[in-house]
Amino acid sequence: MTKTAEPAGGPARRLSGPGAWFLVLPALIPILVLSVGPLLYGVLLAFTDAQSGRTDPTRWIGALNFRDLLHDTLFWESFRIGLFWAAGVTVPQFLLALGLALLLARELRLRWLARALAIIPWAMPEVVVGIMWRLVYNPDAGLLNETLRDLGLGDGRDWLSGLATALPAVVVVGVWAGMPQTTVTLLAGLQNTPRELHEAAAVDGAGAWRRFRTVTWPALRPVALAVTALNLIWNFNSFALVYVLTGGGPGGRTRLPMLFAYEEAFRYGQFGYAAAMGCVMVAVVSVLLAVFLAGRLTGGDDA
Amino acid sequence: MRTSKRVRAGQYTALLAYLVFLAFPFLWLLSTAFKPPRELASLHPTWVPRDPTLANFRQAFEEQPLLRAGLNSLLAALGAALVAVLIATPMAYVMARHRSRLSRAATGWVVVSQAFPFVLVIIPLFLVLKNLRLIDSVPGLVLVYVVWALPFALWMLTGYVRAVPVELEEAAAVDGAGKLRTLASVTGPLLAPGIVATGLFAFITAWNEFFFALVLLKTPEKQTLPVVLTHFLGAEGVADLGPLAAAAFLATLPSLVVFAVVQRRITGGMLAGAVKS
Repeated sequence: MTKTAEPAGGPARRLSGPGAWFLVLPALIPILVLSVGPLLYGVLLAFTDAQSGRTDPTRWIGALNFRDLLHDTLFWESFRIGLFWAAGVTVPQFLLALGLALLLARELRLRWLARALAIIPWAMPEVVVGIMWRLVYNPDAGLLNETLRDLGLGDGRDWLSGLATALPAVVVVGVWAGMPQTTVTLLAGLQNTPRELHEAAAVDGAGAWRRFRTVTWPALRPVALAVTALNLIWNFNSFALVYVLTGGGPGGRTRLPMLFAYEEAFRYGQFGYAAAMGCVMVAVVSVLLAVFLAGRLTGGDDA
Repeated sequence: MRTSKRVRAGQYTALLAYLVFLAFPFLWLLSTAFKPPRELASLHPTWVPRDPTLANFRQAFEEQPLLRAGLNSLLAALGAALVAVLIATPMAYVMARHRSRLSRAATGWVVVSQAFPFVLVIIPLFLVLKNLRLIDSVPGLVLVYVVWALPFALWMLTGYVRAVPVELEEAAAVDGAGKLRTLASVTGPLLAPGIVATGLFAFITAWNEFFFALVLLKTPEKQTLPVVLTHFLGAEGVADLGPLAAAAFLATLPSLVVFAVVQRRITGGMLAGAVKS
């Protein structure tokens, strides 16, 4: 922060020293106290036997929580569900969003309507999205079963409490809820595609698929990667949608890791153990993400 | 470029399918909200209520303290938006204009904070707020929301600051304006629309937020709308659909309206924030 630091140029340089600190502190203090601090505190808690409402002091127990976690089949089952959910939501979300973005990039009528409709899932509270889809999935008065009955496809079923249907049913809601944001981001990325190249390729007789692969995709790839990585993390950590839709049921079939950890912490009061779960979640997500990004960044360059 | 008729038809079919997929749950919510109980119990529900009624809305207000919850949500969201913008703007200015280790660390925090599972943060926050006696209170929730909205606010605002040419500030400096004067009369006005958009976005995020509110607010009179909405759900499957739909629809209106106003600016801001420095 010395004044002779890198030549950032112009008035910016005059902003070093106490002046900059004065501007930064109002945000920095809350970040340190309420974000960075708690995060470190949370990691430490994972190595203690902290419980809610206990009177005797919390003790260090080393890696005991993690050892217990290793043998906690329920947790790993929930973890597996979480991974299935994250991938099952992120991939269709991306493909559907890409399709819609490509459509919206053309001069079609009704574009404005699609844009307006895309706002709805994006702006809605997740709780309301969950409630709305419960109305759709409702076994008696629900839209889905009614449609099936009209089409003569049987009486339908109780989608959200069927052991086999619950997870796919919530995945559909996850896709619906996250699609618009992905679409808008991809659409913005599409606007960066060089138009002349597109036209030149068309003149050269390249078909739609070739034009997409050689012109559109290379320009879109950075945006697509970033948005997929973020979606993957967000989806893995998602909570409210499934909490409202199924509460983790039936029989734990939709119990995402976040729901599991929430129950552990705030229903059973096992703070230390739940913090250990959080740590494992961060670790696994980071590793997955690193693998995903590394694979894509190195492998896809000449595609 | 000419597009053949068959391709065009395919495109419109696809677009229509998307429109239906995006719209139908919301239309169904609307339809349910205006249906009398008799129609809701019918095995052959219709799209348009045969006998539309406002009774569900009345009943929703009778069953749950919706007004109180709406007020709590409003206070939490307004508080969070105002404070977040107030403290994020100066920091974003430094991050955009001044390349230093601090700016880089802050950018790193913005990115990393997206990957936290909230459960790792909420347990310590719960303990800290409990010690500060801020648990089960709207001000405590505001604190949490401010920090929660900060990464995105910083991201957007940094982009908006970068969009203001440094040359303008330099010109003002050459004309003899001090740093504060320049900020107030040159940078500030140009930044204002971005600040408003960021604030409105923070408002929506806080208005919609559920997890922190669920954990931190226990007294029914202090709970925010999303938490109160879940009370309508009761035990599995026995939810009273009409009032549930009515309340859910009402809770969505504010964020829909605000979002419709700022949507364009937000997508612009996200991209502006992504521009490499």
